[in-house]
Amino acid sequence: MTSGSHKKDPYYNSLTRRMILTVIIVSFTPMILVSGAILYQFHISYHEKVAAHLEELVQKHKQNIDSFLNEKLGEIRFLVQNSEFENLRKESYLEQQLATLQQELDPVFVDLGMVNAKGLQIAYAGPFKLGKAQYSEAEWFKQAIKSQYFISDVFLGLRGLPHFIVTVRKSFHGEHWVFRATIDFMAFNNLVENVRIGKTGFAFIVNRGGKCQTKPCLDIIPSKSNYMSLLQNGKRAIDKIYIVEAVDDFGKKNIYTSAFLKSGDWMLVCQQNKSDAYSDLYRAKKIAALIFLLGGLGIITMAVLLSRRMVIHIAQADREKDMMNLQVIETGKLATVGELAAGIAHEINNPVAIMVEEAGWMEDLLEDEEVKENLEEFQRALKQINTQGKRCKEITHKLLSFARKTDSRIQVVLMNDLIKDAIGLAEQSAKYSKITINTNLEENIPFIPASQTEIQQVFLNLINNAVDAMDSKGGGVIDITSRVDGGAIVVDFADNGPGIHRNNLARIFDPFFTTKPVGKGTGLGLSICYGIIKKMGGEIHVQSVVNEGTTFSIRIPIPKDLLEESSMA
Amino acid sequence: MAIAKVLLVDDETPFVETMTKRLIKRDLGITPAFNGNEALKRLKEDDKIEVVILDVKMPGMDGIETLQEIRKRYPLVEVIMLTGHATVESAIEGMKLGAFDYLMKPCDIDNLISKVSEAAAKKRQHENKIIEARMKKITGTMV
Repeated sequence: MTSGSHKKDPYYNSLTRRMILTVIIVSFTPMILVSGAILYQFHISYHEKVAAHLEELVQKHKQNIDSFLNEKLGEIRFLVQNSEFENLRKESYLEQQLATLQQELDPVFVDLGMVNAKGLQIAYAGPFKLGKAQYSEAEWFKQAIKSQYFISDVFLGLRGLPHFIVTVRKSFHGEHWVFRATIDFMAFNNLVENVRIGKTGFAFIVNRGGKCQTKPCLDIIPSKSNYMSLLQNGKRAIDKIYIVEAVDDFGKKNIYTSAFLKSGDWMLVCQQNKSDAYSDLYRAKKIAALIFLLGGLGIITMAVLLSRRMVIHIAQADREKDMMNLQVIETGKLATVGELAAGIAHEINNPVAIMVEEAGWMEDLLEDEEVKENLEEFQRALKQINTQGKRCKEITHKLLSFARKTDSRIQVVLMNDLIKDAIGLAEQSAKYSKITINTNLEENIPFIPASQTEIQQVFLNLINNAVDAMDSKGGGVIDITSRVDGGAIVVDFADNGPGIHRNNLARIFDPFFTTKPVGKGTGLGLSICYGIIKKMGGEIHVQSVVNEGTTFSIRIPIPKDLLEESSMA
Repeated sequence: MAIAKVLLVDDETPFVETMTKRLIKRDLGITPAFNGNEALKRLKEDDKIEVVILDVKMPGMDGIETLQEIRKRYPLVEVIMLTGHATVESAIEGMKLGAFDYLMKPCDIDNLISKVSEAAAKKRQHENKIIEARMKKITGTMV
């Protein structure tokens, strides 16, 4: 019993752990799945929303800028086409035209100028003193001379201020002249500068060389490599808008939305910090994580508390069950003793009857006068009384040997001796029921630690059951065999009684199941046997054929250390 | 003449032997037998036997079976059952099957003798009645 209670703590601990784990898994799995699916869907749709917003924004500004540039170019083209070539060479005309442009159409034009094929500015109108300026080496001029219309990148030029120019080529006497108009950088810049998205989003324009065409670049210096890779993505279609995410030089994740302008010469890039763009999403995620954490903590706490409480209840129930089992075993033992006592009363009555008769005979003899003649008869009678007295003693000892050992202490026992003891107790009643008990006991069965009383109780129960079963049939044979088989001691009790009906076979080990009439059997015998054998780690099996007999087979494992010893010996 | 002629049946040899001596000393004619079959044999050999003292619990053919046989073959012979404590029920069964009486082991010898005497008397009365009946039958036919 004490060894049993030692084993229990780890058992209950692991039971608690398993219960906690099950509760946690069962409650977390749907929670994770549901919240994961919802969060994922939200994530996807929010990304789509942000992307759509950015695309729309960039698309709108791309159109704005493109139309702005086309408009300016158109205005200059109109001016050039509607002016006499001679007039265009006159500074006064240009000044007049500039004034008209600035006044009537657009204040963005800063100056106008006419450059001849050799790159010399023939005429100029504007705030800077750029008359007779030589542009033959200027990059814009080289390109402008080659095409009908041209819009340059932003550059500092001779005036040392950022600006860009719109040119229209005019042919005169086979020579290409270039009419140029400077566009105010600040005015153009406003187009882009006003693009503000969220807290961190801004827009800028870069040319193919990666140079910034708008102001923000000058002070913010966006990570160059990111938009360079955007530019260099050769496959991209000119009229499409692309969105990429990348980490900038400051280690921040940004979303770059880009679209080509000016037939692919420039690129409008809109940069926004990712955390800013998805701030709502991140907030939602944080809230979800918080709820998840709190919910999880709640679940874990509940799981631990509930499991502990339940295991305490289970442990208590187990203790009660153990106590009940002990009581049942005690009851069963008493019942067995009672049955034995009834059988033994008759056994004792026989020798007692003989002794009484012998004593009576001696009394009879004493009544005779010739006492001395009967001396021999006295001696014989006394001897007989002595013999019968010893017989009584033997019987009472058998009974006592069973009843005395009511403690279930584990001792080292020899199975065969216990079988013989049990047979000794049951022999007499078997004889009267015309039952023969045959034994076939293997010689060298090892000693095993076991409770002698409990084992004897099992054997006696099985033998008594067989005797009772065959008594109604009017006799029979019980074969008891013991042997060592695969690390276990096997004891078979085979009778050729009436057998057990198949319907009852499954229930014979149930407590209180009995086929005997009311008051004859407690129905505890076999359930106690089962309990005792199970407690020893053994097995008890039954095989039965109706009208042929029943065999109970007990398997008691030999402890490993004993097994090794015996194999070494 | 003996009080009665008795067949004593028990599987306990010393019991039968001593009992025989004691009962003989008390003027009973005793035939011992040590099991059911032997008892039936003795009855067959000796038709003077009036009372059978029969132990209930015997290996082989037990008291009840022997009783049944005796009642079948020798209906006039009276049977006194001898029983241990545990087998009172079988004694009652024996009474139902027609035993004269039962005695618990160990039994008082005087009590036993009185029971045997009663049984013998009953048997003799029975026999007398039969004889009378026969006589009446014979005299009846004569008249």
